[in-house]
Amino acid sequence: MAAELEFERPIHELEKKIAELKSFMDEKDIDLTDEIKRLEEKLSNLENSTYSEMKPWDRVQIARHAERPTTLDYINYLFTDFIELHGDRLFGDDEAIVGGVAFYKELPITIIGHQRGKDTKENLRRNFGMPHPEGYRKALRLMKQAEKFNRPIFCFIDTKGAYPGKAAEERGQSEAIARNLVEMAGLTVPVICVVIGEGGSGGALALGVGNYVHMLENSTYSVISPEGAAAILWKDASMAKKAAESMKITAPDLKELGIIDEIIEEVKGGAHKDAKHQAELIDQVLEDSLHSLLSMSKEELINQRYEKYKKIGQFGFVNDSIVVK
Amino acid sequence: MIKGLFVKKKKYATIPTGKVKQDVPEGIMSKCPECKHIMVTKELRKNLLVCQGCQYHYPMSSQERIAALIDEGTFTEYDADMISGNPLEFPDYVEKLEGDRKKTKINEAVVTGAGQIDGRDVTLAVMDSRFRMGSMGSVVGEKITRAIEHAIDKETPFIIFTASGGARMQEGVLSLMQMAKTSVALNRLSDKGLLFISIMTHPTTGGVSASFASVGDYNFAEPKALIGFAGRRIIEQTIRQELPDDFQTAEFLLKHGQLDRVIHRSEMKKTLSTLVKIHTEGRV
Ligand SMILES: [Zn+2]
Repeated sequence: MAAELEFERPIHELEKKIAELKSFMDEKDIDLTDEIKRLEEKLSNLENSTYSEMKPWDRVQIARHAERPTTLDYINYLFTDFIELHGDRLFGDDEAIVGGVAFYKELPITIIGHQRGKDTKENLRRNFGMPHPEGYRKALRLMKQAEKFNRPIFCFIDTKGAYPGKAAEERGQSEAIARNLVEMAGLTVPVICVVIGEGGSGGALALGVGNYVHMLENSTYSVISPEGAAAILWKDASMAKKAAESMKITAPDLKELGIIDEIIEEVKGGAHKDAKHQAELIDQVLEDSLHSLLSMSKEELINQRYEKYKKIGQFGFVNDSIVVK
Repeated sequence: MIKGLFVKKKKYATIPTGKVKQDVPEGIMSKCPECKHIMVTKELRKNLLVCQGCQYHYPMSSQERIAALIDEGTFTEYDADMISGNPLEFPDYVEKLEGDRKKTKINEAVVTGAGQIDGRDVTLAVMDSRFRMGSMGSVVGEKITRAIEHAIDKETPFIIFTASGGARMQEGVLSLMQMAKTSVALNRLSDKGLLFISIMTHPTTGGVSASFASVGDYNFAEPKALIGFAGRRIIEQTIRQELPDDFQTAEFLLKHGQLDRVIHRSEMKKTLSTLVKIHTEGRV
């Protein structure tokens, strides 16, 4: 049973009420069909309005949902013959990032993604999906391998961010992230990135320099967590809900800011309600993206990436009244 | 031109205290915030803002940095009039920018341009921690990217002095994306076989540390500069232990293999000049 999210509570209450009426009707042999029908219509309307007008904070809750499908879930649905590969060849294997080779519809590909755990035990093993430098370096190693063998690369982004630890700093967290950004820019194979959950800051971006960057409808992408932003802006982490709105971190926000390419529709109520169906929705977008990139030359791929990122930002000039985008 | 960038300092005696450590000394006399050594400000400036008592490196403004490095009269600034918008419509952001513009006499947290070091052409970017803590928003990203493009066009080395608290919060994820934007440009620079030197000065943290600052062909730093990705307090909270005093200092990074050298300010121009020479005259 999925954990209840705050904004879904009215739906769950109504569902409970309908269930009660139904069992009451069976027990007492009273005809409540009309009343039940009326409530079911109300439920349907409530679901539609709730899920079509989701607030940024609601989406944050869905993006963080313990049962939200992870990279490995999607790998299972989207690819065949997946072989996971481990280690950065320098220090160790960071299980907060998984990667390997597989087929995507008969095409050999490399897949890399952040990996959260679904329970405490797995989360400890995977450090809650927060990578150390060796994670980024493993990712880069697999990307360079993909480039050597001319395989397209898929990156699934799902992390609260890089792990803020002593060892991570000692081993060059900054350099590891920075190196990935520069190297991804120059990859001669198609790179398609999908934010499937939380896209937290530099730790997310380190798998995020692609020809296409898509976001699931209820995923987030931000420079700092809403809690972190609230702590800095209002010295109060409990203002996270407000920060989630003002920081513009949802898929529609990023689309509007000209940062991402496509918003991938989610199943009603969030990807966790039906992971298999969600994978199908992702599949359609991946296929289209890949199709348009496969016809491009190595040089075109690099130039397309250059132009894509070069465009991002908003600024003006002292004597302008208009801010150019 | 650089000359227009200089400001006449007000002439009344104020003695900087530890609290205003970020500020460049303004009075006739200056007391070192580290060792309390008192120096005549004029002498201190002649000494490139380095304390004679303890070698403490005062923060340098972008104007002072350029003057200390670039041959006199050779600097041409790029994009000096580029300014930030307020893409997230953050309250007070526009006012804060305006305040920093007045205070620093520059329009954003980085100054870029072309100049010469001992007669050799370089393209330069100098961040300025007085402006919004040197944080990187759209303008910083764009100006650095354009500077790299100039370096590519003119086939010059690209040299950057970083000084930044990281991404600029008020521009949200747009500021995060400047890390990617500058990186695609650096990739192209590298692809052309051009030289990139990064000199990290106090402080170089967050998104700036995790992008261009750390991927020079040569990574240097000034002594004692704070350099790191995550903030010290956040790390201490996460791992529940106190960190050593030298954690995230230039010397700490050197020890952990993250830097080529720590360079004293008095040796900076000479070292850069020699490297540029090695890369221009030494090419086969
Ligand atoms: Zn001193």
